[in-house]
Amino acid sequence: MSLAELICPAGTPAALRTAVDAGADAVYCGVQDATNARNFPGLNFTVEELTEAVAYAHTHGTKVLLALNTYPPAGKVDLWRQAADTGARIGVDAFIVADMGVADYIARTHPQVRLHLSVQAAASSPEAIRYYCENFGVKRVVLPRILTIPEIREIRKEIPCEIETFIFGNHGLMVEGRCSLTNYLTGQSTNMDGVCSPASDVEYIRDEATGEMSSCLGGFTIDRFGPQEMAGYPTICKGRYTAPHRPEGYYAFEEPVSLNLSRLLPELIGAGVHAFKIEGRQRSKSYVRNVVRAFRQAVDDIRAGREANIADLVALTEGQKQTMGAFETKKWR
Amino acid sequence: MKGKASSVAQPIAGADGNRVDLQHGRTPGNHENPMAGSAGWASRLPGHRGLARIACTMVQPLLTRTVRKIARNHTSLFARLGPYREADFLIDPVELPFALHLRPDPDNLTFCAVPRDAAPPVTATIQGPFMLLLQLIDADEDGDAAFFSRALTITGDTEAVVRLRNALDDVDGSIAEETAGLFGRPGQAILKRLRRSYHTENTGI
Repeated sequence: MSLAELICPAGTPAALRTAVDAGADAVYCGVQDATNARNFPGLNFTVEELTEAVAYAHTHGTKVLLALNTYPPAGKVDLWRQAADTGARIGVDAFIVADMGVADYIARTHPQVRLHLSVQAAASSPEAIRYYCENFGVKRVVLPRILTIPEIREIRKEIPCEIETFIFGNHGLMVEGRCSLTNYLTGQSTNMDGVCSPASDVEYIRDEATGEMSSCLGGFTIDRFGPQEMAGYPTICKGRYTAPHRPEGYYAFEEPVSLNLSRLLPELIGAGVHAFKIEGRQRSKSYVRNVVRAFRQAVDDIRAGREANIADLVALTEGQKQTMGAFETKKWR
Repeated sequence: MKGKASSVAQPIAGADGNRVDLQHGRTPGNHENPMAGSAGWASRLPGHRGLARIACTMVQPLLTRTVRKIARNHTSLFARLGPYREADFLIDPVELPFALHLRPDPDNLTFCAVPRDAAPPVTATIQGPFMLLLQLIDADEDGDAAFFSRALTITGDTEAVVRLRNALDDVDGSIAEETAGLFGRPGQAILKRLRRSYHTENTGI
């Protein structure tokens, strides 16, 4: 049986302590700039905060993984190098990277620190994963959310590194790390600026008479919710649109829905998944506490040979809906 | 989703010049929001304006003491607000006869009860049931989940709200309990009772 490490999100020092206290095996976080894919206002860590956070986590036996999982634009790679240097200096346990140049820099400059390949690298074949392992010494790959469990089992046989899969949280587009939808409307890049639907471009407009709410990005209305309808994130991929063949309007890309693989944990462990990742660095301490506790209990039950008793987490899901996505079947969407 | 829209689509112009329409209205399969329609009932009561002004006067000393104590105990909160320290927020607990005007500027801290019809122009408004707002301040509830459920409404500058949320979420301990503690045991007893009532209302336990 794999160790089934629980990898948990933290957007602030308080969230990191919450994750540690709730039973995280490792916490992943980022610094306050474009080097990570949750470069949101008021979120993430200063260098001083990260230093203290690493000390707190290590005191409690928890690892800290630093997300450097965006792509440096030409001529701006110094920001990523500096973040890597800082992380190595203060003793983070691994870097989560997507860009080959960043991976190469870390492999050459800080070879003592583990490299994990971010989901943003979208490496989904044994050949692609082996390339990162052989050239940059990657020790773990975070798989894109497009694979079934039998496919994961097959990949595991053919790669020389650990596998991490998402088990809960935001369910993004399928070619991860390649999404340009935000860029299309706002001019800012999810993959290079670290901002999917930047808050500065988001506006919610409530119609007091009807109770309807419009969700707008960059001046474009991307969805409108009825007064009693559950809402989702203001992302283009989860907007509702009409088209000539669908005049009634529909979710063209994705629905407001979250991934929840709590029912598939035993199968994932059986397929050789080494670590389970919970999405949500942008979420609150309350989310971190409840989700980490629930999965800590579930993983411990499974490892002890008991049937996992998974808490109901639907209230924390986007649109209050959950899916097992492609992990369950390729027929998903 | 296969649900059919119940109302007419509103066309908007796509960035590529093509027509991008969106549908709106309720879609089958979505959950009910029990809080919908509860906003602002107090403002419809007879004589509500006078009531609101009296209530504002009564609670103001409490608010002033509360915000000063929080600012003193949690100075790191202001760094996460960045330039939005000088922003004006209207926090609107829907059951109360007044709203709260917050300007989290450490050099000119403002936290005032204001009648809704006399509220100043603000950067952003955060509206929801009082206990939900209290739970959010203490990170006992998740803001995104409250937003998804439509119990929480935000309007205005979204970045301002996100910064405030992240700043408050990084506060260790309970702001509500600190506030209740200002009033000794009676304050703590009231908070405990409010929380118990909220828990029962939401869980049935």
